[in-house]
Amino acid sequence: MKKQTEAFVSVALIAALLIVLFVLERVIPSTSMLFTVLKKGAIYALVAVSMNLLNGFTGLFSLGQAGFMLVGAYTYGVLTIPVDQRANVYMYYDGGLIQFALHPILAIVIAGIIAGIFAYLIGLPVLRLKSDYLAIATLGFAEIIRAVFQWDKLGPLTNGSNLLRNYPSYKSVLFYFAASGVCIALIVLLINSTYGRAFKAIRDDEVAAEAMGINLAHHKRIAFVVSSFFAGVSGALLAMYQTSIQASMFKSAMTYEILLIVVIGGIGSITGSCISSFLFIILSEWLLRFLDSELVIGGFKVPLLRSGFRKVVFSIIIMIIVLFFRQGIMGTKEFSVRGIYNRITGKGRKAQKGGAADE
Amino acid sequence: MSENVLKVEHVTMQFGGVVAVDNLNLEVNKGEIVSLIGPNGAGKTTAFNVITGVYPPTNGAVYFQGKKIVENHPQGKMRRQYLGENEGKYDHVIAPTPDRITKLGIARTFQNIRLFKSQTVFENILIAEHMRRTSNLFTATLHLNGAEERQMRQEADRLLHIVELDDVRDELATSLPYGKQRRLEIARALATKPSLLLLDEPAAGMNPQETDELTAFIGRVRDDFHLTIFMIEHHMDLVMEISDRIYVLDFGKLISQGTPDVVQSDPRVISAYLGVQEDE
Repeated sequence: MKKQTEAFVSVALIAALLIVLFVLERVIPSTSMLFTVLKKGAIYALVAVSMNLLNGFTGLFSLGQAGFMLVGAYTYGVLTIPVDQRANVYMYYDGGLIQFALHPILAIVIAGIIAGIFAYLIGLPVLRLKSDYLAIATLGFAEIIRAVFQWDKLGPLTNGSNLLRNYPSYKSVLFYFAASGVCIALIVLLINSTYGRAFKAIRDDEVAAEAMGINLAHHKRIAFVVSSFFAGVSGALLAMYQTSIQASMFKSAMTYEILLIVVIGGIGSITGSCISSFLFIILSEWLLRFLDSELVIGGFKVPLLRSGFRKVVFSIIIMIIVLFFRQGIMGTKEFSVRGIYNRITGKGRKAQKGGAADE
Repeated sequence: MSENVLKVEHVTMQFGGVVAVDNLNLEVNKGEIVSLIGPNGAGKTTAFNVITGVYPPTNGAVYFQGKKIVENHPQGKMRRQYLGENEGKYDHVIAPTPDRITKLGIARTFQNIRLFKSQTVFENILIAEHMRRTSNLFTATLHLNGAEERQMRQEADRLLHIVELDDVRDELATSLPYGKQRRLEIARALATKPSLLLLDEPAAGMNPQETDELTAFIGRVRDDFHLTIFMIEHHMDLVMEISDRIYVLDFGKLISQGTPDVVQSDPRVISAYLGVQEDE
């Protein structure tokens, strides 16, 4: 299959997806659970891919994602609340410090940049650490960020531990898909560039990578800042989706959810992260909801079903994955048009690296 | 004197109270193949690690093409423990990271093969081109550096052809047979366009036939790439055949140096390392 054909088919598939979404929005009422799930899935796909860039492609085991999402979400909220609403939102802080509002798109980009700046500063001490120690330190910093944002003294800026609300948000699923899609495309382009090759070299063998003239500190910092930038963007999107935010939402449990998505999808697979984030959100928010509510069928009360049982089922699923399916859904492979084509025609069973066709 | 590519001067490397390398002095001249031999634990790899910037030495300096690239002096706690004699001679600290040393033109291989495991032979070679990039993060991400990218790939392919690995170009590096993995590691070091190549036991674990091939390969590489080669090796046949000069280390100290004939007949070397040839 020619390269142009492949690109054309890929673009056509994406266009078809967007058209389907567009039509669905016209047909199904907008309050449907389907849209809630799709929006959240798109946001989680972006943050999972950004975590995969760090954990899967650069080999830096970081658990700070929720912290950077919080920074992004707050930046978005603080910068976009309309001026006439500020007195209402910042009621305990005399309307707050900032008395202007930016365009949402601009605010999303700034949210990413601020998260990136936080990452740069945190990275200075933290990126000297290796493996588990890095995970612990980043997790600690994420918790510190959360505590600082709830600090009363910063109230005029962050509204303390009170909700940020009344900021503008886009309602359409298409917006979330487009924003998240553009960001994921940028990450894929980065991974396929010469910098991406350097990241993978660092993941495979730090000592050898350094001997090949790759500046470890510089490249780790790039990966950390870029990953946090996109975590910040997804935080802004999450703020938009939830219409109100509070620092206490961004607990370490959120990071674990994202990590779980990355592991289920396959560490080192972008498409794996995307697929598993939708799968995860659909299951946890929608299909497995019934586990949390009591169910009575013809006078018979189904045992075990009660509030919190969903978490038990999820824990069991995680254990099964970790024990038996360590590769996740995709391993390190990518889902691609060429891979499918090769599988259908039975061609190039071995030749195409990274295609879905190789075993 | 001006011809030496590498000069190691009074280098002492202590780990706490353990002296891994003790007052090492050596020179490698342009175009030579020089070997560093000695029993296990003699400090050979440590000497390599000091030259390539993995550890800053406790004391001493390293010169490359006449320029000082590494320098250090014992300080604080180390000063009390320092067991060498040249303490006052050095006062600056020059401690570049290994990637800086590679950029200067010193490439190395490793004792236990360190290939990029998840990547193909071609990608392993291609990574060396990264350090010569002119694109930045943004132009590379947006793929605006097409010309540079093409040139990188051409360079990598050209090198693969020279080292005769183009038939396994798209295989996973770790799927190659052992001898070829060694060759790939040398090729990867060559891809950084060095003028000095450090080989750390290139023939370790090889059978006699592979060793012969490697001997020919190293000689050919030296001529084709106008290299100077400094290597650690245990295969005496290989060492004696291709070395111009040999240094012998034992317990961190230099015990002998000279041409293969001189070293082979040096009684200190025979007792410490080579062993006595007994007629049966």
